[in-house]
Parts: sequence; C-alpha cells; structure tokens
Amino acid sequence: MTQAQFQARIDADIKIEPKDWMPEAYRKTLIRQISQHAHSEIVGMLPEGNWITRAPSLRRKAILLAKIQDEAGHGLYLYSAAETLGKTRESMIDDLHTGKAKYSSIFNYPTLSWADMGSVGWLVDGAAIMNQVALCRTSYGPYARAMVRICKEESFHQRQGYEVIMTLCRGTAAQKQMAQESLNRWWWPALMMFGPKDEDSPNTEQAMKWRIKRFTNDELRQRFIDATVPQAEFLGLTIPDPDLKWNEERQHYDSGNINWEEFYQVIAGNGPCNTARLAARQKAHDEGEWVREAAMAYSKKQEQRNKQVA
Amino acid sequence: MNNWPLWEIFIRSRQGLDHKHVGSLHAADAQMAIENARDVYTRRMEGVSIWAVESTNIHASNPDEADSLYEPSNDKPYRHPTFYDIPKEIGHM
Amino acid sequence: MNHLFQYTIRLADNASILGHRLGELCGHGPILEQDIAMTNVALDLVGQARSFYQYAAEVEGANHTEDDLAYLRDNQDFRNLLLLEQPNGHFGDTIARQFLYDAYSFAFYQGLRKSKDATLAAIAEKAIKEVTYHLRWSSEWVVRLGDGTAESHAKIQAGLNSLWRYTGEMFEMDETDNQMLAQGIGVDLVLVKTAWLAKVNEVFAEATLTLPSDKTWMQKGSKKGIHTEHLGYILAEMQHLQRTYPGCEW
Repeated sequence: MTQAQFQARIDADIKIEPKDWMPEAYRKTLIRQISQHAHSEIVGMLPEGNWITRAPSLRRKAILLAKIQDEAGHGLYLYSAAETLGKTRESMIDDLHTGKAKYSSIFNYPTLSWADMGSVGWLVDGAAIMNQVALCRTSYGPYARAMVRICKEESFHQRQGYEVIMTLCRGTAAQKQMAQESLNRWWWPALMMFGPKDEDSPNTEQAMKWRIKRFTNDELRQRFIDATVPQAEFLGLTIPDPDLKWNEERQHYDSGNINWEEFYQVIAGNGPCNTARLAARQKAHDEGEWVREAAMAYSKKQEQRNKQVA
Repeated sequence: MNNWPLWEIFIRSRQGLDHKHVGSLHAADAQMAIENARDVYTRRMEGVSIWAVESTNIHASNPDEADSLYEPSNDKPYRHPTFYDIPKEIGHM
Repeated sequence: MNHLFQYTIRLADNASILGHRLGELCGHGPILEQDIAMTNVALDLVGQARSFYQYAAEVEGANHTEDDLAYLRDNQDFRNLLLLEQPNGHFGDTIARQFLYDAYSFAFYQGLRKSKDATLAAIAEKAIKEVTYHLRWSSEWVVRLGDGTAESHAKIQAGLNSLWRYTGEMFEMDETDNQMLAQGIGVDLVLVKTAWLAKVNEVFAEATLTLPSDKTWMQKGSKKGIHTEHLGYILAEMQHLQRTYPGCEW
C-alpha cells in the first residue's frame, strides 16, 4: 500500500486496524497521542485520589471511588489500544517516568478544597469529554473503540462534578464561597486543556488530515466555553474572565487571553505539582515490582507442576 | 521478564448471545486474567460470562491478502435469499 | 444498652474503616489491574457500611443519619476491629489484613444470613456474594505471594505475623454478642473461629506459609472502644469536613 492509497482509505472513512499497513509517522503519532492520553488518565487519578479519605459523606466517597476507578479503567483501555501498535505498556510507563512522554498539564494543579472535586468533574472532565466525543470517530479502530467505551462511562463524571458544585452553591455562604474560589482556580487551566492556539499547534494539520484529530484546539475550546458559561450562570457563579461576553454576530462567547506563558511553564515541568505527581507514580510502580515478580514466579511454578502432572 | 502477559478478553453480555471481544489486559495467569476481566470489564453489569485468551495464541489473517480472501465471495449473490424471485401469492418463504 | 444498635454499629464500622484504608490505595496499586480490583473491594465495603449505618440509625431511633454515625462519633465510640485500622503497609501487609478479615467475615455472614433480624439477614445475604469474591481474591494473593519468590514469601509471612495479634478479639464474645446470640439475631463466634481457622490453615498450607504461634499475646479493646493509635488519624482525616462545617449538605 502506498501513502496515497492509505490516505484514500482515511478519506473514505475506512478505519485502520492493527495489522493494516500504515505510514510510520501515523503509527508514531498515534502511539504518542494514545499513550499521552492513557498517562493523563492514570496521573489524573492522583489529584482526586487526595480527597477519597476526606469525602464528606459515604455517598460521595463511593461516587469518588467509582469515578477514580473508571479513570484507571480508561487508562487501561488506552494502554491496550496503544499496545496494538507494537509498544508495550511497560515501555510506555517508562517513558512517563523518565519524562519522555507527557500527560495533560491540568493534573499538575493541586486539589485544595472539596469544591475542587466538583470543579474537576464539571470543568476538567467537561473539557475532556469535548475532546473524547470527537475522538470516537478517530481513524484508528482500537483507539476509536476505546473512546466509545470511555465516553459511555464518562457521562456520569461531569454530572457528579456539577452536582457537587450545585450542592455547595445551594448550601451555606461558606460553601458557595468554596465553590467560587475553586472555579477561580480551575477555569483558566481547564481552557488550556485544549492545547495551544491553532496557529501555534504544529501537529494539528497532519493529525486532522489523518483523521486522528477531528476538530482543532480552538474549535473545541470555543465549544466548551459556550457550553459552560450558562451552567455557571445557572449556579450564580462568576467566571473569572472580565472579557467574557456574548457576541451576537458570531453566536459565540468572546473571551479573554489565556496566559500561555503559564501553559508552557507547566508543560516544561514547572507546575505546582509536576514533581509530586510523577514521584507518586514512580513510587507505586517501584513498590509494585516485587508483587508483579512474585505473581509471575508463581505462575511459572504452577505451569511446571501442571506439566509434571500431565 | 516480570511483565505480565497480555490477554484478550471476550464477554457474553447476556445469556443467548455470543462472546464478543471487549479489549485486553495484563495478568500473570489465566485465572487472574478472568478475575481482572471481571474487575475491569464488567463494572457496569456488562457480562455474564468471560473468556480470556493469551494474546500470543491469537492467529490473525493477513490484511494484505484481503483481496484474495474476501473479494471472491463478492460476486456470488445467489447465496443470498434476495437473489430469488418468488411470486407474491406464495407469501413468506 | 441497646445491644442491637451496638451489634450493628460494629459491623458498620468494620466495613467503613477497612473501606477507608483501601480507599487510600486507589491510584497507588502495584499494577493497574489490581488497583481496579482493590477499589472494587473498597466500594463493596463502603456499600456495606452504608447499609449497616442506615439500619443502626433506625435501631437507635435518635434521628441520626448514616453520615452522622460515620462522621460525628469520636474514637472511643468506634467499634471496628483493631485489625482493620492497621496501616496499609506494603502490598503483602494489605493482603494479609484483607485475607484475615475476608476469611472472618465470610464465616460471619454465613451465620448472619440466618439471623432472626430480617434486615441484618438481608444485608448479610447481599454481603456474602461480595465477600465470597473478596476472599477468593485475597486467598489467591496470599498463595501467590507465599509461593512466589523468596522476597514475597518473607514479606507476606512478616505481614501475617505482625497482624496475627489482632485476630484474637475477632472471636471474643462479650455481653452484646451473647445477648444477640441468645435472641437468634447474632452469630456464634466460636463456630466462626472454627471455620476461619480451617480456611486460614488451608490457604497457608497452599501458600507454604507458617501459622503464627498460638501463644501470640492478643491485643484487644475494640468492643469497648479502645483502639490502636491509628484510628485517631483515620477519623481526623475522614471527619475533617463534617467537623469544620457542621450541619452542611454535601
């Protein structure tokens, strides 16, 4: 198959499957994107995991546990999808730990109050869903199938987050203040989740052509803003952007400038929690080494015993 | 060497249906693969039965041979019931 | 003393505190698949805790909610087994704690499902399905670690040895236990001990592990609300929001 034939299949919306021929660059781009996505799910467990032991009711505790567990599941589905491209999970995890692979910068921000459990669900998952729904139609079969499963499961994540915030907004003045303070901290990082402006996103054009990506960063960001502003208004919360206003002509909200300096600094490792997040992942992996080894050793012994019996 | 092998997981979503491929996971042995599948892939009552097959035991057809494997059945419409004209008066057949 | 309340609150606290400990591990498991497995156990336990707290609140009749009972009682009011508040330690310690409890609660719920108290029997009936899987999971891990590598063998054996001292009180019958047993509501812990020990012996043998000495000096106190130092920290964390912002909806 030639590059042209491959592109023709993509253009005809025919999915690419694991054993099909594909350009090396397509494979590499996919591995990078899918593993990055998987790492984001796994690292993303940590900021919320912080609050499991402090969840203020048993109901909230169960919901939070189930949600974070889903993230582990989603990481797993995505690692599996990437493994069909010939890279092992182990080597992807190595790339994460050595800093070679990235994950979504949003998880380098701290969760400082219970309201953050609401903001993460409402805004962070809300932003993620914009991306993920678009990815259900991505050109690589295993990735698209993983995304379909993930989107189905994620639908409760944003809703439970909104419910947390809504409960706070309907509560005492101190609770509502907690919600507003949290929104103030999470709004801009959530907007950054869509990535750099289109003109500064060098990979977008090729990824769109291969239909790995189906919408540009700015398109998805706009969609998120348009969807979220009325949700905040409903709660009586103020979005921390003085330039935010409805543009009748565009039929979209105009919004203020994102602090891209902060965005690039957090990616470069200078966010509030980069070091702590990676250290936590590394620690869990290192401390699990003897466990994984023991299970393999036991499995080998069992295999030997079964052979002897047979 | 300490890495757990990869397993493909198939789940029957309810009695009477085929097992369907749902994804893969890592496990040290077959028993664990089934339990991991239970924990990973049936969190929302998606299944009543699980098959686990070690991925190395799956043999796949070669996509490059798709033309010779699948094209030839394309010109044999007489294998399908709609190929035949039966008078209306006969009714359903 | 309301013995039925006491009896129920013990079961609630057991499930809640162990669920809490497992919750600490979410996101930190030795491998993704087992992280998910442990959270499943935690979720089952939080679910059991809620059922027992709801019933305890009803039995108490003081207009308390499940969360009042979980979040607004202090250290000395908690009645969970000492074993369950012990720290997670390494994976071997976590598995040792889990197995010793699963083998116990499996036998216990087998008895409780026949309780004359319809609510307790119903909760036990549901719990037994969950606990059957927990016990299978933790037993298999005891065997894998015990019969895995020299390192894993040493670690799981050490974990079991250090937790063994907390197993004595699991079978201790006090006034409440006797009252409940006499009324056909509670479970005979002597029978539970026999079943528990049989399971422990079976799994230890397969795992090539040694049963800790039967001369081990047993720690006790949970039935009187006397705990190890660990519980205070658990509650400080768990109850922080409810205590800081009293009377709020969450």
